[in-house]
Amino acid sequence: MATELPPGLALRKVDERIMTLNVGPQHPGSGHMRIIVQIDGDYIVACDPDPGYVHRGEEKMAEYRNYITNIPHLERPVIHDSCNILYPYVLGAEELLGIEVPERAKYLRVIAAELNRCIYTMYWLAIYGIFLGHSTMFMWPAGDRELLIDLMEKMSGARVTHAHFVPGGVRNDVPANFEDVCLRQVNYFEKRIKEYADIFYDNPILISRTADTGVLSRQDAIRLGTTGSVLRASGVDYDVRKKEPYDVYDELDFDVNVLKNGDSYDRSKIPWLDMMESCTIIRNALQKMPKSGSVRVKLKPNPKGEIGSVYKRVESGRGALGCYIVSDKKPEPYRVKLSVGSFRNLIALPYLLKGEKLGNMPSVYWSLNYWPVEADR
Amino acid sequence: MYVTARKNQENEGQEVCIMSQGSEKTEEKPKPPAAKPAPKPEEKLPAFEKELADKITEEFGQKTKVAFVKPDRIRINVESQDIRKVAEFVRDSLNFDHAESVSGVDFPADKEIEVVYHLGSYSDSSLSRKILALATRAPREDNPIPGGDATKLPSLRDVFYSVEFHERETFEMLGVYFEGHPDNRRLLLPEDWADLPPLRKDFAIKGR
Repeated sequence: MATELPPGLALRKVDERIMTLNVGPQHPGSGHMRIIVQIDGDYIVACDPDPGYVHRGEEKMAEYRNYITNIPHLERPVIHDSCNILYPYVLGAEELLGIEVPERAKYLRVIAAELNRCIYTMYWLAIYGIFLGHSTMFMWPAGDRELLIDLMEKMSGARVTHAHFVPGGVRNDVPANFEDVCLRQVNYFEKRIKEYADIFYDNPILISRTADTGVLSRQDAIRLGTTGSVLRASGVDYDVRKKEPYDVYDELDFDVNVLKNGDSYDRSKIPWLDMMESCTIIRNALQKMPKSGSVRVKLKPNPKGEIGSVYKRVESGRGALGCYIVSDKKPEPYRVKLSVGSFRNLIALPYLLKGEKLGNMPSVYWSLNYWPVEADR
Repeated sequence: MYVTARKNQENEGQEVCIMSQGSEKTEEKPKPPAAKPAPKPEEKLPAFEKELADKITEEFGQKTKVAFVKPDRIRINVESQDIRKVAEFVRDSLNFDHAESVSGVDFPADKEIEVVYHLGSYSDSSLSRKILALATRAPREDNPIPGGDATKLPSLRDVFYSVEFHERETFEMLGVYFEGHPDNRRLLLPEDWADLPPLRKDFAIKGR
């Protein structure tokens, strides 16, 4: 066997005491990725996440399609949160193409983005519940999620993968009775998710399994560059919606949820608290939204971006989501880079799992609010 | 294409479909420049961002070039041998504490590959809106041997711990080897990938 390996490849040594376990990619608890853990008895001594099983080359594909035809495939990494993953791309394309967005479209975007955040979080919560052995927590969010999916269907025509945001606004206006239905559904939804406290978040079994496991301190959360719920569970008050408001977030009243402990319990609680905040934002936006008006400006066919680059970011269900677009005055972008929250939070996984019991791996891993498909792009 | 389908009554989008996005189609009927939104009048550079950029140029002088200063966005171009020092200065004196994104961009015409670090700050509230883009360029070879050719840059992993996975991704996707990175393995690509680094421009998608 050749001793020289090309750079990028490495051989692993076999130890007598340490056992190496491959969790995934077929394991249902790992998502579409492999976590290579080395265990000494019951304790994890090292962890090496191995993503890439669902890498689809979204960034490469984006260089071959024009600014408009990029939309349907760029949302594929997170089909449940498709509005939020398109958001920075659309904002960036608008800056490059020099488009002003109508006021009503901005509100509709905010409503769609918040609905999507809830839809994604409910899906994540269902998975989090089932991997902690709490099957009711799988059924309830999976069922209640339908309320909002119906709303998004009313709004955009598709249950998931809406392709609703386009440079210049949203694809189509909402039907006439949308505001009433939306208000009703969101109010009911908020009432429902409050009940989750009784069965899940105040449940002593959940607390005993997740409290004080996988603790990420404030300094480390900053040093590792984590984002979203991971960062805010460690006591850093940072939300792009507040810090760098895009569209109409600066006109809406909402709070940013911050917890201090930085353990799995806090990390899993932040998205749930965020959903209630989303309901407030949606109600607020429905109130302030102009009742009529244009929702999309007309684009030229094959619009060309100005020469230059733009970096835009939004707060998605998994944290800050940045999009770096380089344009060279062609209908296709020269380079599109998505800097996604899941990929940024992945770096915390080896750090958190070191020294944990193997049995705590699912709770720590899923508390990172990690979506493997998004991280791979 | 749904956008054009909805524009049919306006008689313009009909000629465009997904397949005809080639450049010759668009060059056939150039739009009158009046259709464009008028460019905004020259604005004064935002003061805070200008000050940050000036601090960097004061410290390093000719070694750094300020590419642009826009509201909340600053871009500094640096030579590859200076990037570590500039990054350390940015971290220690300007309080940028994490990297949001590391993007590699291939420029085959210049025979260079650009790597852009987008840096942000969590700990300094005055910087929470700002993103500092630190860009540098590595030489590019036509027949790349990732890790074994001249396409190398100093790693910023010791300065910003958060770039660890981003640099690994840039290495496999563009073939830029980061010297000083402790773990230069592939991340997303399969271990037996033997083709060009896929985000280089000469790696073409079949059928396109």
